Amino acid sequence: MESIGVLMACPMNSYLEQQLDKRFKLYRFWTVPDKSSFLASHKDSIQAVVGNAGAGADAELIEALPKLEIVASFSVGLDKIDLAKCKEKGIRVTNTPDVLTEDVADLAIGLMLAVLRKLCESDRYVRSGKWKKGDYVLTTKFTGKKVGIIGLGRIGMAIAKRAEAFSCPISYYTRTEKPDIKYKYYPSVVELAAHCDILVVACPLTKETHHIINREVIDALGPKGVLINIGRGPHVDEPELVSALVERRLGGAGLDVFENEPYVPEELFGLDNVVLLPHVGSGTVETRQAMADLVIGNLEAHFQKKPLLTPVV
Amino acid sequence: MNNIGVLMTCPMLEYLEKQLEARFKLFKAWNLSSSKPDFFKKHSNSIKAVVGDTTVGADAALIDSLPNLEIVASYSVGLDKIDLEKCKEKGINVTNTPDVLTDDVADLCIGLALAVLRKICVCDQFVKSGNWINGDLGLASKFSGKSVGIVGLGRIGSAIAKRSEAFNCHISYHSRSEKPNTNYKYYSNIVDLAANCQILIVACALTEETHHIVNRKVIDALGPKGILINIGRGAHVDEPELVSALLEGRLGGAGLDVFENEPDVPEELLALENVVLVPHVGSDTEETSKAMADLVISNLEAHFKGEALLTPVT
Repeated sequence: MESIGVLMACPMNSYLEQQLDKRFKLYRFWTVPDKSSFLASHKDSIQAVVGNAGAGADAELIEALPKLEIVASFSVGLDKIDLAKCKEKGIRVTNTPDVLTEDVADLAIGLMLAVLRKLCESDRYVRSGKWKKGDYVLTTKFTGKKVGIIGLGRIGMAIAKRAEAFSCPISYYTRTEKPDIKYKYYPSVVELAAHCDILVVACPLTKETHHIINREVIDALGPKGVLINIGRGPHVDEPELVSALVERRLGGAGLDVFENEPYVPEELFGLDNVVLLPHVGSGTVETRQAMADLVIGNLEAHFQKKPLLTPVV
Repeated sequence: MNNIGVLMTCPMLEYLEKQLEARFKLFKAWNLSSSKPDFFKKHSNSIKAVVGDTTVGADAALIDSLPNLEIVASYSVGLDKIDLEKCKEKGINVTNTPDVLTDDVADLCIGLALAVLRKICVCDQFVKSGNWINGDLGLASKFSGKSVGIVGLGRIGSAIAKRSEAFNCHISYHSRSEKPNTNYKYYSNIVDLAANCQILIVACALTEETHHIVNRKVIDALGPKGILINIGRGAHVDEPELVSALLEGRLGGAGLDVFENEPDVPEELLALENVVLVPHVGSDTEETSKAMADLVISNLEAHFKGEALLTPVT
C-alpha cells in the first residue's frame, strides 16, 4: 500500500503520522507552500484524506481529488466533512466513535465540578499564597443538581450515567423523544434550559444545531445556570454567551470548544465562574492512540477491500 | 437559652455565628473583650458548650478550663481536634456533622482526580494566559476505567466508590477490617492496596493509628504512574516524603485538599503541573455549610432541651 497517496489535512497526532508514513505515501497538507498547485500536481495519486475536528474534507477539496476513495476522520464529529458530496461521489467516510466516548463524558463531568466547585480558581488561590491571608469563598454543590443534556447519543448517555452517580436528575432534548429512556424529555431546548441547573451540549453539529444555544436558551438557563459545551463551538452563539457571562445573566460556563479555535474571547479570561479548555475532549494518551489505530484500521480495511470498521458513509 | 454560654473557637461561618448569637450567649475565642486569662476568670463558669471545627477544636486544656462544659458540637465530621477521651471521662457530649457533607467531599474527590489526570487546571491556565494560539498542550491521562483504591470505606469512602463506579473504575479498599456487603476487593494492608491501584484516595478518620498512613512505602508502591488524592487530613500523609516523591517523579501526581500545616503548603508543590492544590474546601459549599450549621444548632438545642442529640459521637 506504500504507493497509495494519503493526504493528512493538519497536524493531529505524531503516532498517527508515523503509522501513516509507514504504510502509505503520506502528504502533510500543512507543510505545502502552495496548496492549489500541490493539489493540481498530485491529484491522481491521492486516494485518501485523513482529517480531524479542525480540518476535514470540504466540497472544494473533494472536487480537487478525482481519485479520492475514503475520508477517515480522526474525530467522531463530521461537521468538517461534506457528507453529501461524499455520498454523491461514492466516497467512503469513517470516524472514531466509541473509543473517545468515555474521555469526552469524563471531561464534561470534570468541567461541571470545576465550574461549580471553582477548582481551578481555588488551586490558583493556593498557589498565589492567598490562603495564608484567609479562607477561600464558598462555592456551589454539584450533587443533586438537575442536568439537562442536548443530544442523547453515545456521549450524552455516558454523561447521564456519570451524572446519575451524583444523584443528578437527568433530562434531555433530542429531535424526537427516545423510546425506553427513563430520563425526562423536553421537546425544546428552551424548555430544557428552563428546567435544569446545568445544560450540556452533546449533539453533532449540523445546520439545524448551529447556534442551538442562543440568547433565548441562555436567558432560560439563567443567572444560576451553568452551560457546559463539549460539542462544537458553533453550537453556541458565542458573543451572546460572552455578554451573558460578563453581565452575570448566566451563572457560569465550562467550555472545551469555541467558534474560532484557538481564539477564545478574552473577556472570559478574568471570570471566576468560567473554565476554558483547549479542545481536549479526547486528548488523552490512551484515547488518541485508540483513535489513531481506528483510522489506520479503517484505511487498511478499505484498501484491502474488507468491511470498514466504523463507516459513516 | 439566651443565658447559656457558648464558646466558638474560631471563625467558621457567619450564618452559624448569627444563629448562635440569636439563641445563646456567644463568646468568640478569636475576638475576646479582654485578655485570655481575664476572660476565662470571668466567663468560664457560664460556658456550657463549645463549637469547634477542623482548625480549632476542644483539646484537654480547653476542656479543663471550662468546669461546666456539657457539650462540644463540632462544625465538621472529623473529630481529630477533640480530646474524645477527656470528653468521655467528664461525661461531655460530642456531636459532629456527618452525612450532610458526604456528597460534597466525595464530589471534590472525583473533581480532584479528574483535574489531576485531565490536567484541567493546567489547561484552564493555558487558555486564560492566551497561550493556545501558540499551539496545543500535550496529552493527558484517561480517568475512566482506572483502578481506584480507597483508604477507609465509611460514608465518604462509599460515596466516592459509588461515583467512581459510574466511570467504570475498578474499586478496592483498605480499612481496619473487611466490610460485609460490598463487592469491592479488600486489602488488609495499605501497601498492597497502593500496589494494586492507580488512584489512591485517603478517606478515613484521622487517629493515632492512621497518622502518616501514607508513608514512603505506600508512595513507592503507588509509583510513578500513580495518583494520590487526599480529602482526609493533612496528617494522614508524610508530607515531606510526598513532596520529594513528586519532585523526583517517583509519584505520578496528587490532588490535595488538606495539608499537615494549613494554611501553609510546601513551596515546592506550587510549581508542579501534576498536582492540584485546594484550600481545605471539601465541604465548603453554600448548601452544605448551611446544613452543617443547622445541624450544630439543632444538636445544641436538643441538648439544652434535654432531647435526644441528632448526631452524637459515640
